[in-house]
This record gives sequence, C-alpha cells and structure tokens, in this order.
Amino acid sequence: MQNVRELMIKKAGEMLSSGEVYGVLAWERGDFACDQTPALFTSPESLSRLAYDEFTAPMLSKYLINEAKKPNEGKKVMVFLKPCDTYNFGHLLSEHKVERDRVYAVGVACSGIFSREKTLLEKCLACKGMEFHHCDEVIGGEGKITWDKLDRFAGVEMIESMTPSERFEFWRGELSRCIRCNACRNVCPVCSCVKCVFDNPGSGVMSKSNADEFEENMFHIIRAFHVAGRCTDCGECSRVCPRNIPLHLLNRKFIKDVNALFGPYQAGASLDDASPLTSYSVNDPEPGYKDKAKGGERVA
Amino acid sequence: MPVESAFQPKIAAFCCNWCSYAGADLAGSSRLSYPADVKIIRVPCSCRVNPLFILRAFQRGADGVIICGCHPGDCHYTSGNYFARRRAALLFSMLDYLGVESGRTRVEWVSAAEGQKFAATMNDFAKTVASLGKCRRIGDLRCRTSES
Repeated sequence: MQNVRELMIKKAGEMLSSGEVYGVLAWERGDFACDQTPALFTSPESLSRLAYDEFTAPMLSKYLINEAKKPNEGKKVMVFLKPCDTYNFGHLLSEHKVERDRVYAVGVACSGIFSREKTLLEKCLACKGMEFHHCDEVIGGEGKITWDKLDRFAGVEMIESMTPSERFEFWRGELSRCIRCNACRNVCPVCSCVKCVFDNPGSGVMSKSNADEFEENMFHIIRAFHVAGRCTDCGECSRVCPRNIPLHLLNRKFIKDVNALFGPYQAGASLDDASPLTSYSVNDPEPGYKDKAKGGERVA
Repeated sequence: MPVESAFQPKIAAFCCNWCSYAGADLAGSSRLSYPADVKIIRVPCSCRVNPLFILRAFQRGADGVIICGCHPGDCHYTSGNYFARRRAALLFSMLDYLGVESGRTRVEWVSAAEGQKFAATMNDFAKTVASLGKCRRIGDLRCRTSES
C-alpha cells in the first residue's frame, strides 16, 4: 500500500504540474484514528498530505458529480477509484451525471478495506472482484482476494428461509433503530438526484426530516426501490450507518431478484446495458408465479 | 346471541382504464358478484401504479393489493404493462421479504371482455387475503403501533 501511495503522489504531482488537471480527488488523514477522508488537492505541494492505506474506505465517484461540472477553464479533474468504485463511476457515466471527458480516472489497487476495529469490512468479505472498469490508467495493478470470500447472497437467503412473521420481526427490529440521519442516502453514488423525494424544501431546518409517518416507515423501502436495478452493491450504505442497520440486505435482495428474474446484471459494468427497470422483455416471468410459462404454481 | 361476522378483508384493486376497469364494468353489468370490499382505483395504465401507491395502500389499512391491466402485448400504450410487470415482480418480492405474505399481493391481466375472469379473480383473491387475516405490518415497520 505504501508503494501504491507513492505512485499515486507521483502521478498526481505530474498531472497537476503539467496543468492537465485542475485538481485531484483523493484522501487525506481524517480527524480520528484509522480514518481517511476524501479531499481535493489542487497544488503539487499539498500532495504530501495524500493518504492511502487499508482503512481508506470512502468512495470518491460521487464527488465527481459536482467537481466535473465546475468550469475551471475546461480542465479535467483527476480521481482515484478503487475497483468497486469503478462500477459506481460507470453508473454515473451511464446516467450522464458525470461527463467522461472532464475526468481523468485512475484505478488504484485495493487489498481489502478494514474497519476501525481492524476487521475486514462486510462489503470486502463479499468482494465483487478486483477488475477495473472505465479507467484511463491503473496504479498498482489488480489486487488479489486473499481471504475466504463470503457468498454475497448468503444473508439474503438466510432471511428468505424465515417465516413471514420472523422476517417482519427481523426488519422491524433493524429499521426501528433508524434515526433518519440520511447518511445512507448521502453516501450512495446512485442516490444523487438533484431533487430528492425525501427533501421537503421550504420547511427550513426541518427540510431533511420525515414529512409524515408514511415517510418515516417507508424510507428504507422507498430508497431501496429507487436504487433497484441501479445499485452497484458497493456496500457504502451499511458501512456509514451509525446504527448498523444492514441496508445492503435490502439492496442485495433486489439484485438477487433481478438476476433471477431478468437475467444477470451488474450495474455500472457496462455503459450500454439498459437498467432492468427501464427495459423489459416480452418473456418476463409473471409476478407471483414460479415459471408460469412452464405451468408453474402460484407462489402464495 | 352474538352475531359472528366473518372477517372482510379490505382490498385495493388498481385497474387500468382500458381493459380491467372495463372488465369490472362488464362484471357488474353481467350481474356477477364479487366482494364489496374490493375498492377499485382507476389508473390510466397499470404502469401508472407507482410502488409508493402500493405501500401507501398497505399503510392505510389495505389487507391486500392487486394490480390489473391489459394482457401483455395488448397495452393501450404499447408497453406500459411490461414495465409494470417488472416493477411489480420486484416490489412484491421485496414486500414478501419484509414479512408481507405473497398472498396479499397479486398481478392479474384482465381484458375488457373478461367480466367473468374479473369476478373470479376478485373472489379468489379476497378468499386468499381473508385466510391471511388483517395486515398491519407495513404501517408498523418502525414500531409505531402494536400489531393487532
């Protein structure tokens, strides 16, 4: 990692001095132990503060939405992307939230990210792979998964095997802890609508709070549905949740269903694929039936 | 003597204007009976049904929600019901995952000529929902009320 960090500083320094980019989106030391925080570097001298290690969890692609829009004499912004973040980057490109030719994307090798408690993050245990997508260049090469990989859908299958009452009790227990801090929404690269249904403009300091009981109850279901078919499964929502709600279990349920019903799909991997909910096939399965075409039974 | 009244489930039926709503009309004018607790909500197309409508219906006390539209391929707007079908498949699966039994949600394609099918579908659906009892789960995801 130390080596990768030096290569990153070298590359960023070259790009800044040559004037090819106006700034570099990377990480610097945060306020707490084992805490790296996103930062924009605009001069080669400031690059000594650049940090990259096994605790560098935040994703940078979401910051591109604003950074790539700034005029800055048409200069590009340089960004470092970890392998899973390149899917987010691809997703933002495919929804035209980021202009590709305003960004110089550099993939950086990752060898798994650790939490403050020095354990591998859940999202890394179920790593999607170390390939880079949509990058201009890659520093440090493709990493290797050196740990026992968890099945991404094991948690979802565990809940599916419960009875409906158990499932409800499980989710009520989890979702009741939510304090509506909006961290999951704000960190999500997919959740970046200019106007969000959960904002209540005109209500001053209350603009981010629940408008009514419906919103309070449904926040997580609505959010999960809004990112259904678009979620890249980067796992940031669960990581940032201060109440440790396993939000990835909602998103992965949708991903599992999409894969099973409409064919394998990975959001952000390709710029040309239509997302599952904005396309259809005449042969889609009927809701509520198991293989209706083959004379399957109603699931109820 | 106390009168034993059977549980009557509240059902929200989203019917598309062009097929299923006309199918319901035909069921009525053909003097076919279906439970009075099926509340029909007319929508321009089955794909007008925002997933939030369904969540809202459950939160406001519906025990079951059914979406009816034109048969695949017959949509008045060419492809609306194909989109609705994908959305409903995902949402209903998610509701099941959260603990709302899959018997409480249904998608059925009913054409304007299928009054018989409309009545039969509603009778069958009402029976299934009645057997599952009241649904207070969606409105209670955050522990606001105790489940009755």
